[in-house]
Amino acid sequence: MQLRPIVFTAIVCFAAGLWVASFAGFREFLPGLLNGTVVTVQITLGGAALAVVAALVAAMGKMYGVGPLRWIAVAYIETFRGTSALVQLFWLFFVLPHFGVSLDPVPVAILALGLNVGAYGAEVVRGAVNAVPRGQWEATVALNMSRVLALRRIILPQAFVAMIPPWGNLFIELMKATSLVALISVSDLTFRARQMNDITFRTIEIFTIVLVIYLAISIIITVAMRTLERYAARGQGRGRRA
Amino acid sequence: MTSNDTPAEDMPMVRFDGVTKRYGPLTVLDELQLDIARNEKVAIIGPSGSGKTTVLRMLMTLERIDEGVIWVDGEPLTHMHRNGALAPADTAHLRRVRGKIGMVFQHFNLFPHMTALGNCIEAPRRVLGLSAAEAEARAVELLDMVGLGDKVQHYPAQLSGGQQQRVAIARALAMRPKVMLFDEVTSALDPELVGEVLQVIRTLGSEHDLTMLMVTHQMGFAKEFADRVCFFYAGKIAEQNTPDAIFGDPQNERTKQFLRAVLDAV
Amino acid sequence: MIWDWGYTFEILPVLAKASIVTIEATLLGFVLAAVLGLVFAILRMSDNPYIGIPTAGIVEFIRSTPLLIQIFFIYFVFPEFGVTLNALTAGVIALGLHYGTYCSEVYRAGIEGVPRGQWEAATALNLSPYDTFKDIIIPQAIPPVVPALGNYLVALFKETPLLSAIAVLELMQTAKILGSQTFRYTEPITLVGLFFLVMSLVSAAAIRALERHLDRRYAR
Repeated sequence: MQLRPIVFTAIVCFAAGLWVASFAGFREFLPGLLNGTVVTVQITLGGAALAVVAALVAAMGKMYGVGPLRWIAVAYIETFRGTSALVQLFWLFFVLPHFGVSLDPVPVAILALGLNVGAYGAEVVRGAVNAVPRGQWEATVALNMSRVLALRRIILPQAFVAMIPPWGNLFIELMKATSLVALISVSDLTFRARQMNDITFRTIEIFTIVLVIYLAISIIITVAMRTLERYAARGQGRGRRA
Repeated sequence: MTSNDTPAEDMPMVRFDGVTKRYGPLTVLDELQLDIARNEKVAIIGPSGSGKTTVLRMLMTLERIDEGVIWVDGEPLTHMHRNGALAPADTAHLRRVRGKIGMVFQHFNLFPHMTALGNCIEAPRRVLGLSAAEAEARAVELLDMVGLGDKVQHYPAQLSGGQQQRVAIARALAMRPKVMLFDEVTSALDPELVGEVLQVIRTLGSEHDLTMLMVTHQMGFAKEFADRVCFFYAGKIAEQNTPDAIFGDPQNERTKQFLRAVLDAV
Repeated sequence: MIWDWGYTFEILPVLAKASIVTIEATLLGFVLAAVLGLVFAILRMSDNPYIGIPTAGIVEFIRSTPLLIQIFFIYFVFPEFGVTLNALTAGVIALGLHYGTYCSEVYRAGIEGVPRGQWEAATALNLSPYDTFKDIIIPQAIPPVVPALGNYLVALFKETPLLSAIAVLELMQTAKILGSQTFRYTEPITLVGLFFLVMSLVSAAAIRALERHLDRRYAR
């Protein structure tokens, strides 16, 4: 990639950043928006943790589960992948109280988004485990290891590295989906933006800042994932030399 | 075979008793009868598709058998004694008996996320229950024996193919098996690396009490090393004899054809 | 569980009408995304880096930020320039832009999958870039990536409920209105969820069938 166009684009971005920062309202809007950002980040982190756990459990259930366990895993994955995140969010928000479960909006949001991304994550886990070469499984049989031991010490550690890039994408999707919680009146970044817009109608300024904040979070996620991948793959070359 | 679990001295180490394997309509192994004596070194040769690799894989329980019984060290492997008769083995029995068998693969199958040492101590620690110190001492000794004492902390990606295969041999030996299986272990190596692996196998054969079963294309090595050579064709043993007899004076027409084709290519 | 079947049958016709709006938004949005995606992809592959790199930046920017914000942005920003858009139009534009960036990645993968030799043959025959693209590259680039495009169509379909935020009378908005009228949210939202689930399973099967059909024709 040539240097000059990159520098050019970088200069344009920087200038745009300065222009955005010079918005009269920048100092006015920022504190409120940052409060909203905190909520957005909280939901993203909580949802991510739940998604990883749900994905692992569902993937193991689908691949190695017996009878009803397998059915539950498949049903979970198909339902949450096949319906819309917003529908799931609304359903949990409006319908759960009827079942006697009374939760604050933020936990409901973490639950809905975590389960949603977890369903997609289960397929990522499954794909990564299936991509571990068959020879690795055979070596564990030759060494008389049990299936659980083989999964725990040999297969999953190798699948882990392959999983990181797709999970990075899923975490970014999760972050984007947190904007939906504004529609159940959670005071996240999007909600604050809507609020301020309804009052001041300074749409361009507000939403530009908001978009830049979301972009910044997604860049942080991408960088974190790349670092994790480099750390996890240390020592392992990719491919074989004969 | 009497329903008796204590091995007698004259019983074969491995016995294939009427073993058949099918893939759909295709019969890969047809009522195989094969006895392998204690400490015998047997080479299996034959064209591809003759079923030779399947023999090893079934013994290592990587494939199920459709008919017949496999016996290891006086005990049934694929079946177990129940109420005086033979029933298909459950997982516990299978794991107990297959602990006597080790295997080295054509593509090494080393664990890429562990060092050479790590590869060799994993199963002894987790399956045999050895302490960290014991497992490590054993692993270092074996890696030394295969000539990689100075590379114990290297990852597979940092080793040549020949070195990786030698680690694989050490890893299999660390479980102290009674039977070692070698599945075309030099076929994936660059020619100049084949010798170092064959040398390790040679040493193993002469210095250790091991029953060895190897599928190989290295005819010269088979001739010098094996006690017996089995030529497989279309799922059956077409001919088996001492190496001198097989290579020097083959009786079966197919054996002659195969040897001609192989030795021509050399 | 309290489920009122009478109420359910009462609201079915209303929801059925709303589903038409949902499908309308989906199809219009996807057509726009498919076209914009191609534009983005071609611009991004431009030989001129002053076009290519900024395009890449814009595509990344749109992909990495929430669709909901983009919907608000378009709905509220256009009036400031004197153009008043109705909610459905604003929503379709936002969907088209957002999913256009996803489609552009798919097109790029498809175009890069066309063997180099094809480009070289076109040059040797002195074909113009326009003709090369139109007659040689695109016809070979598209079929392998149709399943991926299909997946994005389904994903777009599942995001149409976001349009409820700007009061487009699609399924989600209608369900919310029904719920707020009668305080019975369970039935409407569950029905909407089931509708999406069924449509999604059906289209997943259709895409798999399409994939198998294409694999047979274009077996690589």
